Amino acid sequence: MTEPKEPAKPTGEIQEVGPSAGDVAPGAVHKGMFGVAGSGDTSGYGGLVRRVVVPGSTERPYGGYFDEVSDALEEAYPQFSEAILRVVVDRGEITFYIKKERIAEVCQTLRDDMSLRFEFCASVSGVDYLEQSERLHVCYHLLSMTYRRRIRLEVATTAEDPHVPSVTGVYPTADWQERETYDMFGVIFDGHPALTRVLMPDDWEGHPQRKDYPLGGIHVEYKGADIAPPDERRAYK
Amino acid sequence: MTAPTDPYAGERETTEGRVYTVTGGDWDEIFGSGDPLDEERLVVNMGPQHPSTHGVLRVVIEIEGETVTDARGVVGYLHTGIEKNCEFRTWTQAVTFLTRADYLAPMFNEANYCLAVEKLLGVEVPDRANLLRVIMMELNRISSHLVWLGTGGNELGATTPMTDGFMDREKILDIFELASGLRMNTGYIRPGGVSNDLPPGGAEQIRELLPYLRKRVDWYEGLLTGQPVFYKRLKQVGFIDVPGALAMGLSGPMLRAAGLPWDLRKTMPYCGYETFEFDVPTQTEGDCFARYLVRMEEMRQSCRIVEQALDRLAPGPVMVEDKKIAWPAQLALGADGLGNSLDHVRHIMGQSMEALIHHFKLVTEGFRVPPGQVYHAIESPRGELGCHLVSDGGTRPYRVHVREPSFIGLQSIGALVEGGMVGDAIVSIASLDPVMGGCDR
Repeated sequence: MTEPKEPAKPTGEIQEVGPSAGDVAPGAVHKGMFGVAGSGDTSGYGGLVRRVVVPGSTERPYGGYFDEVSDALEEAYPQFSEAILRVVVDRGEITFYIKKERIAEVCQTLRDDMSLRFEFCASVSGVDYLEQSERLHVCYHLLSMTYRRRIRLEVATTAEDPHVPSVTGVYPTADWQERETYDMFGVIFDGHPALTRVLMPDDWEGHPQRKDYPLGGIHVEYKGADIAPPDERRAYK
Repeated sequence: MTAPTDPYAGERETTEGRVYTVTGGDWDEIFGSGDPLDEERLVVNMGPQHPSTHGVLRVVIEIEGETVTDARGVVGYLHTGIEKNCEFRTWTQAVTFLTRADYLAPMFNEANYCLAVEKLLGVEVPDRANLLRVIMMELNRISSHLVWLGTGGNELGATTPMTDGFMDREKILDIFELASGLRMNTGYIRPGGVSNDLPPGGAEQIRELLPYLRKRVDWYEGLLTGQPVFYKRLKQVGFIDVPGALAMGLSGPMLRAAGLPWDLRKTMPYCGYETFEFDVPTQTEGDCFARYLVRMEEMRQSCRIVEQALDRLAPGPVMVEDKKIAWPAQLALGADGLGNSLDHVRHIMGQSMEALIHHFKLVTEGFRVPPGQVYHAIESPRGELGCHLVSDGGTRPYRVHVREPSFIGLQSIGALVEGGMVGDAIVSIASLDPVMGGCDR
């Protein structure tokens, strides 16, 4: 019996994907091409390493209404420089990265200030950036119907201390959406009236949409061949 | 004072108070046992069941007499992990999952996801593809409202709107079948355009349907609007005003029935809606009847949009030119449904090596999407349908989140139902037009 071959070592040059301008945010590193390890990859693609570069922080002027929103928030919220970590404008959308302790206050200001008036919280959802130290992100999509503007707020927290203040006091509609984010990502929203699971069964263990949570599935035999579940199949990176 | 032991209603003490298990009909004895205001409180568990086509919803209602004092929705019975599954498929394959989320509005799920992917890619679809999307979405709006009307009527005990509503919806599903080969989970709209063009005579068939739909909407209005029982069941039931709706995140017909003319097709146009002439119907009462009127008028306005889109429909491509994105399989509709076009198979197998490579690469590997994140929202029949996409530069989505108006809307069950009669609870929940497939994803 032969020993399985060593997986191909990353030998290639690091190739950066994405816009070259802006600072390099910690992002996913893609190794190889086909998502297989341990097989005798003779193509050479197994040694390919690509680091994904997400758009870095943007300098003023942001363009469009983004400057007005930013100015108005700076004026209405005295702790602006301390609470807002960075601002990213990408694909016609603005994202304010906010210190997580401040998120409820910032939302309160955004909703109530006359020149901001983000009266509608469209969406709250989580994203798990597995390779970052503060891997669990919560994105808030706010909509100002008065000014017809949309912005995104984003906070990041670690998986070890996944506490984020709840915004249900400002936006009651965030109730079930924060429950979903807790259910799927394990972010604990402090101050939420009843933070329980909403989509998964109450006694479920784990948080299914975290990136280290497997998709699951069973092997299926089809015409004599073994078909692996989707997360175990080889796939292009 | 304690109630006498009842052979039909066993009792036990809990931290919440005394709980009776009613098995017989000796209600007088049970109710006579204590303070009626304290002791009459019943917790009724509605569901989890499948009320008509809404999906599986459970509502826990606390009632005192006929009055609802507390109502909570319990969801998640149809959770199928669509968002997680999308992370393990290519950007194009994700359409197949998302179309199954809100199964009464598949075109909206597909279109919104594709618009978000196209925003990430920075591509614009050809005119004809755009118009086909608009036509399909507006027809879908009518079919979705017809199901709402039918099931809403059915829940009131009126069977005619149900049988007729479903019958008319079939005619719209025929159009979907004509275009995509499938009646419900069509997978018709793809990143970069639509899967295939209308067959010859397709546009005429849609045009012939419009007068019929208009006539039918008038017929439904004649049947229901002046009907005293229908009117009394809906009027001043399930009230929510504009500040309440905004706080609860309600959008779409719920918000417009309260008086705010917020329609994303007008206020934040996409797919070229700013070039169409149509009205945004509103009411000010904010009750179930106002929502009914808004939805009825929306069906007429959708007919107007479809008509204008048909007028503009000029021959042209239905998929972006870029061969690195455009789905290569030129599908053809045969007698047995959608399949590969024999011409296309002949082309890739016998004529062009490059076409074969593109076909192989795109079908197995998919296209790459530059890293970043976007949020895109459209006006679905139930309100703002949003899609938050994150790409890590790979051939699969890193994160797909759907802002589902059904999920958001069902939070406000308490706001709509509490304080009202238990019989009105059904009407109020139906007026939200929830679709659990979308809610639970």
